[in-house]
Amino acid sequence: MTAAGDRLGPTLFERSRPGRGGGKVPHPPTDALARIPASQLRAEGPRLPEVSEPELTRHFVNLSRLNYSIDSGFYPLGSCTMKYNPKINEWAARLHGFAALHPFAPDDLAQGTLQMLWELEQALAEISGMKAVTLQPAAGAQGELTGILMIRAYHRGRSDVQRTEVLVPDSAHGTNPATASMAGFKTISIPSAADGGVDVEAFRAALGPRTAAVMITNPSTLGLFEARLGELLEAVHKAGALAYMDGANLNAIMGRFKPGEAGFDAMHINVHKTFSTPHGGGGPGAGPVGVGEKLLPFLPSPRVVREPDGRFRLEAEGERVTSIGRVRAFVGNAGVLVRAYAYIRAHGGSGLCEVSDDAVLAANYLKARLRDVLDVPFDRLCMHEFVASSATLKAQTGIRTLDVAKRLIDYGFHPPTIYFPLTVEEALLIEPTETESIETLDSFVAVLESIVEEARTDPELLHSAPHDSPVRRLDETTAARQPNLRWRAMTGSQTPCPD
Amino acid sequence: MAYGPHTPEDRARMLKVIGVGSVDDLFADIPEPLRASGLRLPPPESEWELSAHLLKLAGANRVDLVSFLGAGAYSHFVPAVVDQLLLRGEFYTAYTPYQPEISQGTLQTIYEYQSLLAELTGLDVVSASHYDGATATAEGALMACRATRRERVLVSRGVHPHYRQTLCTYFGGASLVADEIPLVADGPAAGTTDLAALQRMLTDTDHPVAGVVVANPSFFGLLEPMAEIGRLAHAAGALFVAVVEPVSLAVLATPGEYGADIAAGEGQPLGMPLSYGGPYLGILACREALVRQIPGRLVGMTTDVDGRRGFVMTLRAREQDIRREKATSNICTNQALCALAATIYLATIGPHGLRDVAALGAARAAELEVALAAVGAPRLHPGPYLNEFAVRVPRAPEVHRRLLDHGVLAGLPLARAIPDDPSLVNGLLVCATETTTAEDIAAFATALAALAAEPQEGVR
Repeated sequence: MTAAGDRLGPTLFERSRPGRGGGKVPHPPTDALARIPASQLRAEGPRLPEVSEPELTRHFVNLSRLNYSIDSGFYPLGSCTMKYNPKINEWAARLHGFAALHPFAPDDLAQGTLQMLWELEQALAEISGMKAVTLQPAAGAQGELTGILMIRAYHRGRSDVQRTEVLVPDSAHGTNPATASMAGFKTISIPSAADGGVDVEAFRAALGPRTAAVMITNPSTLGLFEARLGELLEAVHKAGALAYMDGANLNAIMGRFKPGEAGFDAMHINVHKTFSTPHGGGGPGAGPVGVGEKLLPFLPSPRVVREPDGRFRLEAEGERVTSIGRVRAFVGNAGVLVRAYAYIRAHGGSGLCEVSDDAVLAANYLKARLRDVLDVPFDRLCMHEFVASSATLKAQTGIRTLDVAKRLIDYGFHPPTIYFPLTVEEALLIEPTETESIETLDSFVAVLESIVEEARTDPELLHSAPHDSPVRRLDETTAARQPNLRWRAMTGSQTPCPD
Repeated sequence: MAYGPHTPEDRARMLKVIGVGSVDDLFADIPEPLRASGLRLPPPESEWELSAHLLKLAGANRVDLVSFLGAGAYSHFVPAVVDQLLLRGEFYTAYTPYQPEISQGTLQTIYEYQSLLAELTGLDVVSASHYDGATATAEGALMACRATRRERVLVSRGVHPHYRQTLCTYFGGASLVADEIPLVADGPAAGTTDLAALQRMLTDTDHPVAGVVVANPSFFGLLEPMAEIGRLAHAAGALFVAVVEPVSLAVLATPGEYGADIAAGEGQPLGMPLSYGGPYLGILACREALVRQIPGRLVGMTTDVDGRRGFVMTLRAREQDIRREKATSNICTNQALCALAATIYLATIGPHGLRDVAALGAARAAELEVALAAVGAPRLHPGPYLNEFAVRVPRAPEVHRRLLDHGVLAGLPLARAIPDDPSLVNGLLVCATETTTAEDIAAFATALAALAAEPQEGVR
């Protein structure tokens, strides 16, 4: 998969030679800083690298080649919705009118972006079945925090201050309990039922006057639609609590299920999953939050407002006193949101329904094909992803999910999400998305068949995988025990330069 | 469908293998009463129609004015190589580097980012990125509370008002207290953090202070007595959180030099477009002793089984996917690609280039100060500044509005951002960078002078 030359090269710091680079900006007058007191100036300049543009270009191009990406291959990373990122979205975000607009630009100068944001809010409200949407949160986890803070404000607004608990199923993303803690709540973890779904009885037992909210991922992190959702939502509301939906898995249900209409009070949407904005090696994303009637007053400020005359504006400072306030400096990751906007317009209503249909179709197809290759613990219809397991393989051969994942790398595939959800032993969470061809899905199956065969005939091949990647298994223990988190110009690196 | 590969034959084959008759059957698990029937959204657009629409929307924004707006987001020259390299799909279409063997490109660039920002801030530990300057500041303040096991921070009113609001949102959730440190009202230190008030607030032993949060330059562009503030904070057992602007750190004293424990800031000036407020780059850095308290991803250098250098995400026991409700933060997705932009920007601009950017902005700002003072808009505060400052203009919001018709975006009317401070009603916050030209400055001054000569609104 990787050419012999695709190895790590020196860092920028090792490439640096005094006197290289330059020519990007004019020189200032020599006395430019003379009016600044010496005590306010740094003692010596920062030791940044000095590299020429050709070297710098090769440095980053060669580094990019060490990455696996959607543009280079199949990325069935469960829960992450690694679908194709359309190129027109990149073009759109870079249009000068969008990219050069200052966040403090007066509303009259910002009508194009404000219209885009407002229309995106409307579209996401329709898709989620919510009354209104805020685009402010920068990521899914920040969307969760925004949602839970609004729920907190709702209870406090009713002087219902005893609600200190948030109920979260044990199969949830780690962000759910971490969010509850950040919002000042205690997390109560609820075990899943034997069929992988929420245990409604266990929830009923835990619900009470102290429950502020439940956080439900639907479809669940097992890729299953919560069949008893109606009962659960009824019990939640009966207890005076509100229901939050983790919308990480929205890609399965567009046009088929609208969380707001079903009774959820808030949900976040990961535009970097369902709406094709790129993951960027970890971000940026955006985590819009939709809310129902009860939470409308608490939406973060400022909101985008459409005036009766069709003009758009941002709320002024202090205009809506019930708001939970800002969750970030400015109105949202507009440069990310325009990509989601373009994606939604390209598909239209019918196209988005087809996206979900094809995502679910691909996952069920892959599950059916893999049923005889690995364990499939919940062997029923799945949504856009499903959990497989190497438990039997491990019992028979000693080969773990980690080994299978690393061996997939040798075959040119990105491994699925592994060891998540935590509730399934030796889990592989597989999400093909709707943008992968049947040929790709079939070749993934063929490779997994080969790997399972290798586990029986040549297990060492798997234990020592990957073999052809730019680096092999890395020493994470030493990395954590003796952290080397920065280049030190004076002492150099502890580890020799690789070439 | 726009980007899907499936032919009707492919779909039929898949349904057959699954053993169901139709795609509808795959959704049988959704209980009947909860089912939705489609989406009321417009029909699909071809790429040509879509691009025409996007061009029209982008064109509806006005970005052609001569702008002096800063206030937390700055217009800088971005060398062409930055965006060309960011467009490598291998970078922007990769996920979080959870499989390090096939993510060394992302991992090494994050390590380089951490190293570059460590040089700029003078602090050893830099997180792989946060959402923006406001959330990084809030996380820095939360760190101070965790590290000291105290529940109150003091935040200067010289910190960006949006950062203060964000911090309050975060603190409200955690039931922590954020009190505001007032600014000096008049005299040579007017507009900077009031040290006497700070000292008084720090001595309230009933409510011990976890951290003191001060920005340098402040929201008003002023340079703060950071070393003195650090000494006061430390004497009271509090940590010192500095809010910084990264380009200024090419020339200004660093958080490491003036004794800050934590630095937070907005990385947008390092090669990111303005984009109406995001995506930006939250910078968060700290002293080595606080490494286990810092939230967000960290990348470390290590070796592989063959002894070759490699990079991994490390100290992950701080993070939500491992520690769940006990994590340092819920942050997961960050702003990695923006950190990459900053890395490429810093590598291409170099140490001398970055100093030139900062110093040229300072030089242009001094010219702007002289030009505006000459047309009746003197500075609001007397103290030293780098490249941003407030001026006093009677009826500032109205003047600001009327200057738009003259093609001048005259910074930020301070009353818009900080409506609760009567001393700022006539203030305009203006900035210059290396992209500000002598012609721009002349245009601003000329327009302001012309306005003064025009009849005022309301007396026509």
